[in-house]
Amino acid sequence: MKKLGVFVCWCGSNIASSVDVEQVVVQAAKLDGVVHAEHYMYMCSDPGQQKVKDAIKEKGLDGVVVACCSPRMHENTFRKAAGLVGLNPFLLEIANIREQCSWVHANNKPVATAKAVSIIEATLDKVKQNLPLETITIPLNKRVCVVGGGIAGIMSALDLADAGYEVVIIEKEPAIGGHVAQISTTFPYFQKLPELLQKKIDEVNAHPRITVYLSSEVDELEGYVGNFKVTIRTRPAFVDHDKCTGCGKCFEVCPVSVPDEFNRGLSQRGAIFRYNQGSEHQLPIINRDDCLHFSDGEQENGEKCQLCVDACAEQAIDLGAIRSLQEELVGAIVMATGYDVYSPANLPEYGGGRLPDVIDGLAFERLLDPKGPTGGRIVRPSDGRVPKSVVFIQCAGSRDPERHKAYCSRACCMYTAKQARLYKRQVDDGTAYISYMDIRSDSRDFEEFVQQGMEEENLVYIRGRVAKVFPEGDVLKVFTADTLSGRQLEIEADLVVLAMAMEPKSGVRELAKKMNVTIDGDGFLSETHIKLYPVESSTKGVYLAGCGQSPKDITDTVSQALATSGKIQTMFSNETLIADPLIAEVKEDVCSGCGICIDICPYGARIMDDFKRISMVNQAVCQGCGACIAACPNKACELINSTSRQFIRMVDDFSHKAQMA
Amino acid sequence: MKYPYFPGCTLYTKAKKLDDAGRECSRRLGFELDELPDWTCCGATFPLVNDYHIAMSGPTRILADTKDQGGNKLVTLCSVCFNVLKRTNHVMRTDEERRAKITDFIERDYHGETEVMHYLQVLRDDIGFDQLKEKVVKPLEGLKVACYYGCLLLRPVKEIGLDVMENPTIFEDFVRALGAEPVEFPFKIECCGAFQTVHSMEVATRCSRDILNSAKNNGADVVITTCPLCQFNLDDRQPEIQKSDANFTTIPVVYFTQLLALALGISPADLGFERNLVDPLPVLQAKGAISD
Repeated sequence: MKKLGVFVCWCGSNIASSVDVEQVVVQAAKLDGVVHAEHYMYMCSDPGQQKVKDAIKEKGLDGVVVACCSPRMHENTFRKAAGLVGLNPFLLEIANIREQCSWVHANNKPVATAKAVSIIEATLDKVKQNLPLETITIPLNKRVCVVGGGIAGIMSALDLADAGYEVVIIEKEPAIGGHVAQISTTFPYFQKLPELLQKKIDEVNAHPRITVYLSSEVDELEGYVGNFKVTIRTRPAFVDHDKCTGCGKCFEVCPVSVPDEFNRGLSQRGAIFRYNQGSEHQLPIINRDDCLHFSDGEQENGEKCQLCVDACAEQAIDLGAIRSLQEELVGAIVMATGYDVYSPANLPEYGGGRLPDVIDGLAFERLLDPKGPTGGRIVRPSDGRVPKSVVFIQCAGSRDPERHKAYCSRACCMYTAKQARLYKRQVDDGTAYISYMDIRSDSRDFEEFVQQGMEEENLVYIRGRVAKVFPEGDVLKVFTADTLSGRQLEIEADLVVLAMAMEPKSGVRELAKKMNVTIDGDGFLSETHIKLYPVESSTKGVYLAGCGQSPKDITDTVSQALATSGKIQTMFSNETLIADPLIAEVKEDVCSGCGICIDICPYGARIMDDFKRISMVNQAVCQGCGACIAACPNKACELINSTSRQFIRMVDDFSHKAQMA
Repeated sequence: MKYPYFPGCTLYTKAKKLDDAGRECSRRLGFELDELPDWTCCGATFPLVNDYHIAMSGPTRILADTKDQGGNKLVTLCSVCFNVLKRTNHVMRTDEERRAKITDFIERDYHGETEVMHYLQVLRDDIGFDQLKEKVVKPLEGLKVACYYGCLLLRPVKEIGLDVMENPTIFEDFVRALGAEPVEFPFKIECCGAFQTVHSMEVATRCSRDILNSAKNNGADVVITTCPLCQFNLDDRQPEIQKSDANFTTIPVVYFTQLLALALGISPADLGFERNLVDPLPVLQAKGAISD
């Protein structure tokens, strides 16, 4: 026979004004097994908790019901208190007499009081059958996988590696650095980005605890927090970088010429190429899709093209290389998947993708790069002429819910101001027009940066949306309106720069599915809570950083990347992970192994034991939601301490009372 | 193949040549335009005010008549009729409340079953431009054509869906099938001034001037259109333009069906070119589209 205690809280007047707490204590004291009952104004306060602790010690209670607010508020508080004086925390239950009683029967004290007693009685009956439980410990692999080697991935990886953890970076492209490698200068301080970035890339490459997989993607993901298995698929480079000296003879002989993605199509490259032509650190790779050896084109003599192989004195090129699959075991994952530039071809009214002198912001960055396709000279892609009039169009594809993206891409106002200022510094007799809807310059020194551009560098800001861009002779006509003066304008431009929207990297949708991470309507990875859990994904152990989560600038991206590193280090500060034991359990002799629960489990926690031919519960993954219990046709699973037997008993208590009334 | 056909008012009067040529060409291409009996005006403008239901009762009746006649496709030639009928049908299909209000009022059972099609769409989707090309007996080789879309054939794109809104190509593809050469000109989807021509003629004149100049600057010999109002503005405003701009040279503006008829070998004498203000015959002759 258990010795039970009941503690009734007034919650100030929240409960006491409509529930007669003294009467409840009198009634509760009469209930089967109750050896102690009392009430107090705030049971969750320190003296209130002390009362619970004292009674457990003095009366030797082995079951406690606290009648107060929702268990979501203070279940943990009281269980912790009980644990401190030696009562197994799982033998303490909350009877919710506030949200489910006093608040809903505020004007009917007799009914509220009787109902409070019923709730307490039913909860006591549950406690009688509760088992003392221990928390579950899960092994923790203190290695991290970072998906994406842009600035977010690099910063997160370096921080974690410096903290002593092994990190694996998976990068889709043949080099790390991401879009930041394409950008010339930072705002608002005009720092040279390539130098800043190269320092970080060198740190990554030299770090003993960082492994980088280039030209690689996540093929498969298994496991759960603390224990993930990532299968990595790597495209071959076809060039042995240990042998290659970077002499460049292969570039000269390759007959292929395709637009260079890294330079946003402003230059051409061969099928064998340096991903970033301006980076002497990079060695050549072959893109299979562009290479004639792999397409069915044969040379006149009937042989497949292998000019680069013949040209290579070091015999570094192996056209027979195949893709490889490797496995890495990690405990946490950082999703730093980044963004794509929304294609200018989506804006035919601006001639995007059609007119050579209409380019996107990232292409303009390539023009600004001293190691870029023009050696850092701002010239027109069509004829190499220095543009004397440039129109920058902000919100190109952003903030247009009807046709494009509804959201603001956040970085464009600032990088456009930066680009226009850099243009003015290079072409001092040129005019820079900026078409804008609003100017969003809401960070430190941002507003000053824009103002300086307007006042000191004479940037012409025009509030309005551009209607149309079309060629006339060898200039571009831009139709727009100045909505502040209410005038229609026609501007003759030599170059038009579109500040295109950012969109989630292609392929993220599929990747998110593999990771069981939710995405929002625009395809960005969703955090658990925008304010309080901003870097946690919906899957435990998977964290988010950078533009894959939402558009942002480098400052915010790095902050978020370092936040993921902090969260992961907090997790890694324990030797094992602890999980709640209130989860599903299988009666092995009843389960028939039908597998319905496996399909229904939203967390992937149910697994078939192939040897026993029954369904098991992965204790580390189960969240105790109860979906499998409802679905099981044989009643072979139960939720620990919330068994059907316990619930039926509680329902009986209520229906018994109802019959009596 | 028989299509229920809605000519609309203008095609019985000012735009007769659009209608005549369209009907004759359909016969040569192996489909029949079966004019709806007792048709009424489509309303000529789609009611943009939400609670303005009465103006949609006319087009709804036309759509319901089509359904009762046993046809599921209704063909139009006029851009305005096409726009009004198509958008009314969109309301019938997507807005249950408004549909119920209108159909209750006109006492008809109609749920948007009819498919409203523009003649160009029939050529593209049902006949096929490849097939059309084979039926051409007199390819209009060497003729440079500015394909002027105007607004109503395309917009609003979510309700009309004929082609992409900002850079459509259906008209150019059509012109290529006739053997002529479409010219790319940036004003192909600009507004002609439309009804402004009634009370602010200078607006329509200015709009028309910019469109025509853009077409000519890009090498066009002739402008084609599907819309009686566009044709009117672009053609009839030219003397006005010349008054303010002595350097302005005229350019003929014809209906697409007239060009189609020429390519199918129909005699120019039957095509009503004499009703054009700027005579197309000299250019068409010079380019060999018409043999003397």
